[in-house]
Amino acid sequence: MLEELLVTVRSNPKIDPSLGVWSWEIPVYLFMGGMTAGIMLFASLMVLLAREEEFPFVARKLPLWAPIALSVGMLFLFLDLSHKLYVWRFYTSFQPSSPMSWGSWILILVYPVSILLAACTLRQGYPWLGRLVDRFAIGTAILDFSCRHRAVVAQWGLVLAVFLGFYTGILLSAFSARPFWNTGFLAPLFLVSGMSAAAALVLLGTRNEHERHTFTRIDIVLITVKLALIALLLVNLATGSGVQIEASQMVFGGEFAIPFWVFFIIPGVMLPLILEYWELKGRRRAWMFISPVLALYGGYMLRHLTVDLGQTSSYLNYVNAFDPALLDLLR
Amino acid sequence: MIRYGMVIDTQLCIGCGDCVVACKTENKLPAGLNRDWVVEATRGRYPDLTTEFRSERCNHCSHATCVHTCPTGASHLWKDTNIVLVDAAKCTGCKACIAACPYDARLIMTPDGYIDKCTFCHHRVEKGEDPACVSSCPTHCMHFGILDEPSSAVSRLLASRQQKVLLDETGNQPNVYYLI
Repeated sequence: MLEELLVTVRSNPKIDPSLGVWSWEIPVYLFMGGMTAGIMLFASLMVLLAREEEFPFVARKLPLWAPIALSVGMLFLFLDLSHKLYVWRFYTSFQPSSPMSWGSWILILVYPVSILLAACTLRQGYPWLGRLVDRFAIGTAILDFSCRHRAVVAQWGLVLAVFLGFYTGILLSAFSARPFWNTGFLAPLFLVSGMSAAAALVLLGTRNEHERHTFTRIDIVLITVKLALIALLLVNLATGSGVQIEASQMVFGGEFAIPFWVFFIIPGVMLPLILEYWELKGRRRAWMFISPVLALYGGYMLRHLTVDLGQTSSYLNYVNAFDPALLDLLR
Repeated sequence: MIRYGMVIDTQLCIGCGDCVVACKTENKLPAGLNRDWVVEATRGRYPDLTTEFRSERCNHCSHATCVHTCPTGASHLWKDTNIVLVDAAKCTGCKACIAACPYDARLIMTPDGYIDKCTFCHHRVEKGEDPACVSSCPTHCMHFGILDEPSSAVSRLLASRQQKVLLDETGNQPNVYYLI
């Protein structure tokens, strides 16, 4: 037996008794970042494969949601910072060993490319917005420029989307101090999940039957791959070092078992998979908005639980005996 | 690189917590925040128990994952040493360094929000003095010095006694040693 007690008080806020420095803002940022990656990937592929006529929503309406989702994500990243006035410091240096520094600079590249990717679609996808932008000379110049260089923008969009999707996972998996995060499966898992979230957006937005059918099939494949990656991640942890085995046990009967299985795997992965399969078979078509909503919910929950699980898993096992309520007894 | 280290004799430490009070006083830490702490570790099964007291803090690791993960360079090494400091004027409060530290040795400074940690009292080290926790220890169980200097007190202690470091398996190469 080994029992380790803290003799002196250690109750640093958000560090003790267990790490909780990242709340819901970071999961929202990771979710939005992943969705942006998925949107850009699909939108770029449509341009590069010349399938724009076949998939009108993805080609003309979806791209605008990339910079919007990215902006929302970055807003929540900003909200999470505890020393906000110094946010500009991200862009005064590049730290090659820091995944977050890579991410900051990748976002700087992703932003203009996502805007250019969307710009060329505005006149057709959102005519009122296109007319609004066309009122300004600089707006017209940007729209024309983006259409002239559509293929190059799409090539950059494709590469940066993969980088961004992987980055949202690598950001966490690079923390060797947190056993639940320290696995290479997080990067592909978050990329696939981001693509699934983008496919869910397509299912919610499209009015084209062929597009809906194709993206239902794509989403089924993505959710299946996501499920396989989650299983591999858990196998990887459950057969890893002692602290990783302990971390995996949190989802197999520990405090995270119910959130993980009841609030994530069943409603966020299994249900959308079954519903989308039924939709493909022509059943329950009146419910077809439910499966993408559940898939989006599953995408967020994946990040939220991963962030929480990683912070809870630790090399340390101190019993923090400090109980502020006891102080009241002394008064 | 000059490698500073701390050597703490667990046979002499009585867990009084003076090191914690000295740190808070020297570094004017706000109420509720601590850069160091004392752990009582009990092993065995009653009645065959052994207890050791350990004064713990940032290990100023040779492979400091907190420094590597900092996106702005706010977490850095002091001069050409292993002493890890945080430059508040560069810190965004992203908290990546906190997540990167396996010892949970970092804290969020209130009310400002930048990340704070043990500095090995580098302002005292600069003047040739020991960190406040070492100076205040009533049982003289704590020692501070240059680890790679064979004649230093810390090197001689490490050469003469069995020792351990915390969480060696993380690969962070900590520089706070415990004599056992």
